[in-house]
Amino acid sequence: MELLAERIREAAARRRPLRLRGGGTKDFYGNEPRGDLLDTRSHAGIVSYEPTELVITARCGTALSEVEKILAENLQCLPFEPPHFGPGATLGGCIAAGLSGPRRASAGALRDFVLGARIVDGRGRALAFGGQVMKNVAGYDVSRLLAGSLGTLGLITEASLKVLPRPAAELTLRLEMPQERALEAMQRWAGQPLPLSATAWRDGELLVRLSGAEPAVRAAAARVGGEPLEETPWLAIREHTHPFFAASPLWRVAVPPVAPPFALPGEQLLEWGGALRWLAGAGSADAVREAAQRAGGHATLFRARDKGGGAFAPLGAAAMRLHRGLKAAFDPSGILNPGRMYAEL
Amino acid sequence: MGSRLSVVSALRAFLPARAVLHEEEDTRPYECDGLTAYRQLPMVVALPETEEQVRRVLQACSALGVPVVPRGAGTGLSGGALPPGDGVLLSMAKFMRVLRVDARARTAAVQPGVRNAAISEAAAPFGLFYAPDPSSQIACTIGGNVSENSGGVHCLKYGLTLHNVLRLRGYTIEGEPIELGSEAPEAPGYDLLALAIGSEGMLMVVTEVTVKLLPLPQCARVIMASFDDVEKAGQAVAAVIAAGIIPAGLEMMDRPATHAVEQFVGAGYDLQAAAILLCESDGAPEEVDDEIARMKAVLSEAGASRLTVSRDEAERLRFWSGRKAAFPAVGRISPDYYCMDGTIPRKRLGEVLRFIAAMEQKYGLRCPNVFHAGDGNLHPLILFDANDADQLHRTELFAAEVLEKCVEVGGTITGEHGVGVEKINQMCVQFRPDELELFHAIKRVFDARGLLNPGKAVPTLARCAEHGRMRVHGGKLPHPDLPRF
Repeated sequence: MELLAERIREAAARRRPLRLRGGGTKDFYGNEPRGDLLDTRSHAGIVSYEPTELVITARCGTALSEVEKILAENLQCLPFEPPHFGPGATLGGCIAAGLSGPRRASAGALRDFVLGARIVDGRGRALAFGGQVMKNVAGYDVSRLLAGSLGTLGLITEASLKVLPRPAAELTLRLEMPQERALEAMQRWAGQPLPLSATAWRDGELLVRLSGAEPAVRAAAARVGGEPLEETPWLAIREHTHPFFAASPLWRVAVPPVAPPFALPGEQLLEWGGALRWLAGAGSADAVREAAQRAGGHATLFRARDKGGGAFAPLGAAAMRLHRGLKAAFDPSGILNPGRMYAEL
Repeated sequence: MGSRLSVVSALRAFLPARAVLHEEEDTRPYECDGLTAYRQLPMVVALPETEEQVRRVLQACSALGVPVVPRGAGTGLSGGALPPGDGVLLSMAKFMRVLRVDARARTAAVQPGVRNAAISEAAAPFGLFYAPDPSSQIACTIGGNVSENSGGVHCLKYGLTLHNVLRLRGYTIEGEPIELGSEAPEAPGYDLLALAIGSEGMLMVVTEVTVKLLPLPQCARVIMASFDDVEKAGQAVAAVIAAGIIPAGLEMMDRPATHAVEQFVGAGYDLQAAAILLCESDGAPEEVDDEIARMKAVLSEAGASRLTVSRDEAERLRFWSGRKAAFPAVGRISPDYYCMDGTIPRKRLGEVLRFIAAMEQKYGLRCPNVFHAGDGNLHPLILFDANDADQLHRTELFAAEVLEKCVEVGGTITGEHGVGVEKINQMCVQFRPDELELFHAIKRVFDARGLLNPGKAVPTLARCAEHGRMRVHGGKLPHPDLPRF
């Protein structure tokens, strides 16, 4: 850890940008990474894990698969089902990217499960925020601010996450319906006390996953209807190995779930009860961003050869001022992953 | 800095006279929040009714360089809304409207002065509810909940305010409008929503809150489990979690607490038990039956001497009524009580309870315990008489030792009540100077001149140096610049 801090202090002194990187599985995400490589994988290992405390603490370079394995051995899981996007994914990269998977709409987002973090800021200072307990309101919630900050505020060297028991039973149902009806159905179910844990719609096919205690899943299945699926695509959807995600450019559009279907060219895959809409091979960036904004949401250019227009939805002037202020507070020399999130940061 | 007269006249330029209070008889009701030990008369109280008025109050105060302290219902327990003697107490009490309930999107947009319980009341006709339920929910407001990141007895399963708020609208101290979060998941940029929630009114003034609503569970039942030993009850909590169960609520009360409560509300608690657990399951009826059966098996295996399952909704509510009334009940058996709010890793419960028992001996004060057992959040209640200066002094030292013990075992000085003015010295124990400095830097990003709720939540480094010195010397009262409680 001291080595990582030393590298950051040195880079700050020379004002040389650093590109913080674990397994590099999310290099494609955000704007193009630049700067001297700072590989986090040497700082690895699970620091503590006690299943009855529902908390795991691990260093940034720990393989995400190792974290998930030890949780699975204890019948627990990371409830937000983070995508790995490759075998080398690390815990630090996972938190810095802040991405959540299929269970997000019901279980919550990655940031909801962050309890604490140790970081090295842009001045090379080792700092600790939050902790290993579920409820903690001492000081500003810096560890959650770090989630999804793409390494632009600090190097997350260690993190504590809340974990949950794995559901005892799981069942995926398949129904056929057009997008509009699927959206309606997903909203109707989400307003009922059903153990929904994932939904996905594509091309007239709606998949619904139920997770929980066996009797609850059984009762809910009767209400949802459809036919049970033996082989489910959730992993392929999470990891983008599903053929839908091969197209380029790929847009990730987040909207309020009640937003009507997008009338945009290209293919669509919906998740999170309609709140996440993947658009493959859609038209111009302007058209996608505008449609997202009109629906009360925002669009991210997730995968594309050219991200010249920026990966993320532009911020308003007031929001950008706050972002720049925070960046300066954490990383006054501007050396940590510069430009990865926004050109100004 | 503005004089009272200049502030009053600046505010009366756009607020009606009745919305700008400055006579002592009018400002007196605002001199403290739920932490009544700290009192300070505000120079001026402003009661705006519209967002535009809030913006102008902030602009006017900014221009005059006058501090502003926002206040909801004033139920906070850490003095977060303690008024500024040289500034404006900004009461959000008139922002009482539920703006909309969108049943299809399962959201509600409300003004910050709406009471926590009123959100669930407005959502109930749609079969929905707002999950966080602090014990003060009939009085506390959502704006205050956002400031403190309030929890409640059901947050093990349903999360804190942070997990249930989608969007905030409000103003910076300069009167600049800002909107954080969105009804679409994961707003672009940094998670400023997470930063603002629990920031104790230090970063912005909130004028609108959009919350997530959840479907009301079809049914709920609660088990009351008795234990002849407090530590055994703690182990039973771990056993429930180890069995893969996340109860909807999991609360513990020790014997002194159940005795206090039973006299007050008659909740039907087992008064023989050294500790009782309340262990709730909610969901579909089949699911609840299944979970209750599994929890009963685990609790009995863990040594419960008696198990009672609520037979109907009335009995379930009665079991909870005792827990929710714990603070007022304790208030009846002692002239004053002081509520602590540390969180600890659950496995250290036995050690911390033994420590508290030792402190009872050391300081000669009683201390019943109520405990959000599922998430490790302790509320020891020290009983004292504020008219006895020595008891006051001992109470304060008792509380400081317990909070510092919470930090020592890997926990925190505050789980849900906030730091406010109350625990500001303990912040020096939990955080190092570099971390405190970063908190100050964050504050400056939103409020460069430190006018919004100044002096709360984050101690200056000078103060910490002073506190450290006092801890070394011991026995002296901390933060002499504040009114004593």
